[in-house]
Amino acid sequence: MELFPLTLDKAVVRVKGSQLLGPVSCRISSEGLSVIMGPNGSGKTTFLRLLHGLERCREGEIEWGDMGRREAMRSQSYVFQSPIILRRSVRDNIVYPLRLRNVARAKAEREAEKWIREVGLEERMHLDARNLSGGEKQKLSLARALITEPRLLILDEPSANLDGASTRDIERLILLAKDKGCKIIMATHDFGQARRLADDVLFFHHGTILEQGNAQAFFEQPRTLEGRAFLRGDILI
Amino acid sequence: MNELLAGIGDAFSLLIALDPDLLEISSLSLQVSLTAVLIAAVIGLPFGAWLSVSRFRYRRSAIAILNALMGLPPVVVGLIVYLLFSRSSPFGVFNLLFTPTAMIIAQTILVTPIIASLTHQTLRELWFQYHDLLISMNASKWQRMKTLLWEGRRGLLTASLTGFGRAIGEIGAIMIVGGNIDHLTRVLTTAIALEVGKGNFPLALGLGFILIAIAIFINMAVHILSKTEREGTW
Amino acid sequence: MKRIFAASLIILNGLCSAAFASDMKLAVTTSFHNSGLSAILLPEVKKDLDLTVHVLVVGTGQALNLARRGDVDAILVHSKKAEQRFVQKGFSPYRREIMYNDFVLVGPSLDPALIGRTGNIGEALTRIKSSGQPFISRGDDSGTHRKEVSLWKISGFTPKKFSKHWYKPVGAGMGAALNTASAMNAYILTDRGSWLNFKNKQELKLLYWGDEILYNQYSYLPVSTEKHPHVKMTEAIELENWLTSSKGQKMIAEFRIKGEQLFVPNAKSSP
Repeated sequence: MELFPLTLDKAVVRVKGSQLLGPVSCRISSEGLSVIMGPNGSGKTTFLRLLHGLERCREGEIEWGDMGRREAMRSQSYVFQSPIILRRSVRDNIVYPLRLRNVARAKAEREAEKWIREVGLEERMHLDARNLSGGEKQKLSLARALITEPRLLILDEPSANLDGASTRDIERLILLAKDKGCKIIMATHDFGQARRLADDVLFFHHGTILEQGNAQAFFEQPRTLEGRAFLRGDILI
Repeated sequence: MNELLAGIGDAFSLLIALDPDLLEISSLSLQVSLTAVLIAAVIGLPFGAWLSVSRFRYRRSAIAILNALMGLPPVVVGLIVYLLFSRSSPFGVFNLLFTPTAMIIAQTILVTPIIASLTHQTLRELWFQYHDLLISMNASKWQRMKTLLWEGRRGLLTASLTGFGRAIGEIGAIMIVGGNIDHLTRVLTTAIALEVGKGNFPLALGLGFILIAIAIFINMAVHILSKTEREGTW
Repeated sequence: MKRIFAASLIILNGLCSAAFASDMKLAVTTSFHNSGLSAILLPEVKKDLDLTVHVLVVGTGQALNLARRGDVDAILVHSKKAEQRFVQKGFSPYRREIMYNDFVLVGPSLDPALIGRTGNIGEALTRIKSSGQPFISRGDDSGTHRKEVSLWKISGFTPKKFSKHWYKPVGAGMGAALNTASAMNAYILTDRGSWLNFKNKQELKLLYWGDEILYNQYSYLPVSTEKHPHVKMTEAIELENWLTSSKGQKMIAEFRIKGEQLFVPNAKSSP
């Protein structure tokens, strides 16, 4: 079973009558790191949630290779903009997705400890996860997302509100996952981060994709007026 | 006022003497109410959790009915259980009438809606908070319920203690199905009613104070035990 | 979760199997139990017969109902007409008279209705009614309540038509009704035993007694095994024989509260 290519065909998402996204058509390949950019309210989060199967199309279609929605969800991980932390220890939080998949506790804990070392939370391992700092919580979310070895990792502004050091740690972990062959799709407002990480860019405005393509090309020569204004730092309405 | 003081005095003299009858009825009170709460929790917690994560057509009505059942009149429950277990009734053959088991059944019926409803109220908030995460991780319905129950454990403890409070102080139902038989089904509340009937207010009050003390003790014990479980960091 | 469930089952089981060597259930009226006589007799029964009698203290109405449904093995009540109907309908093979006590009128110690100096119960009740002083009625269809209603009727009144300003049916047991009476300083009909044992008398005083019509016959009715094959007939008859034996009757006669005899045994040698 293959998750890719991930294709959207004139997909529209509406919640309680208001249109949050669409129509959107695009094709996402199995490789590289795609960055979603655009002003607030342009539909970035809705797009990511649609890719993950958390939202459904009202019109149009979404296809995850030859997978159904549930299988597609299972082969992806999603890191929410504000970390959702379970009321238990750091290790138990990271063990959680494996336990959902019925991995034996001892094995799951060994695996979790590997990831805890990877993200540098060894000293926090047995602490209540809700007492972590913002950066640590985001690292925990990442470790929890990566422990299931997803084919696709979706991140919604993973380093919003984080300081430089934490942002660097997060980016290192994202690149590590990418090197292991995991496809990455992330939304960010941080131009520097986008330039550092992106292989290709999808630029959103008013719920639709205005530009889609090579990252370098987008940053050097945006094709649309809105893209140019956005990169200049003008206020887009 | 003098009677209140006499009541406190009676409570202490009963306690100091470790009156065997007092110990018997107190321990039966605890046995009946704790067992009822335990069974009610086994039913009510999963049901409340199920209600929080399920969406079905008559969900709103089901929740409204459940909330209303929190206020079930004990006497009516007692009468219904009595009529079910009376020897001339379908369940009469079990010979459960006027036994602690019948009292447990009646109190379970009273307490289950309380625990289920409070569970639903607690977990509904949590479900709102963890909805995206659990769906994203593909948790099955049963796993969602289990996770929410664990995440809400503190609130659910309070819900169970609320149920216990209702059970231990309840008299209407257990009087009818238990019969207040000395050495068999007499508990603190029915003993109090008996003493009031004899006009023996100081002893009734003394028993009442002991009942209140037991309720406070159980609540404190549960909270202390559950806090130490994990360095008090919930 | 599984463990909790298993544990609760074990506890339940333990409670269910609390069986006794030889026991029976006897429903008695509040007036009998509150007198304290059962606390004297039952330990002797246990000693002599090795029989544990579980006593349910209820009103006569509820006692008859429990017996009719087969939820107790025998009853000890005091409402002759209801008992005779009960036997007629076959719920009990017979009624056996055990003893009697008497009803008394209790009221405010100042006795504003002046019932203390009357010659018979009809006059006493008439005076209470015309004085407008509060009167507490059990109002619970118990033996005592039925007796009270019949006394009013004999005196030419219909309690149902009484104004609730002075006639107050409380719908409660003897103790609760006495508590209400002492709180309201009201007149009330009660049995002597309940009155002597009552500890919350306040301003109340024993005012009228002695009319023969106030005698209160207690009878013992075993539940019919024809209607309810499961009832413990052997134990019920053992208890009956003990209560009517010379020892049982003597103990009833010798029972005293504050020096006063409460019950007069009058069992005949055979039912």
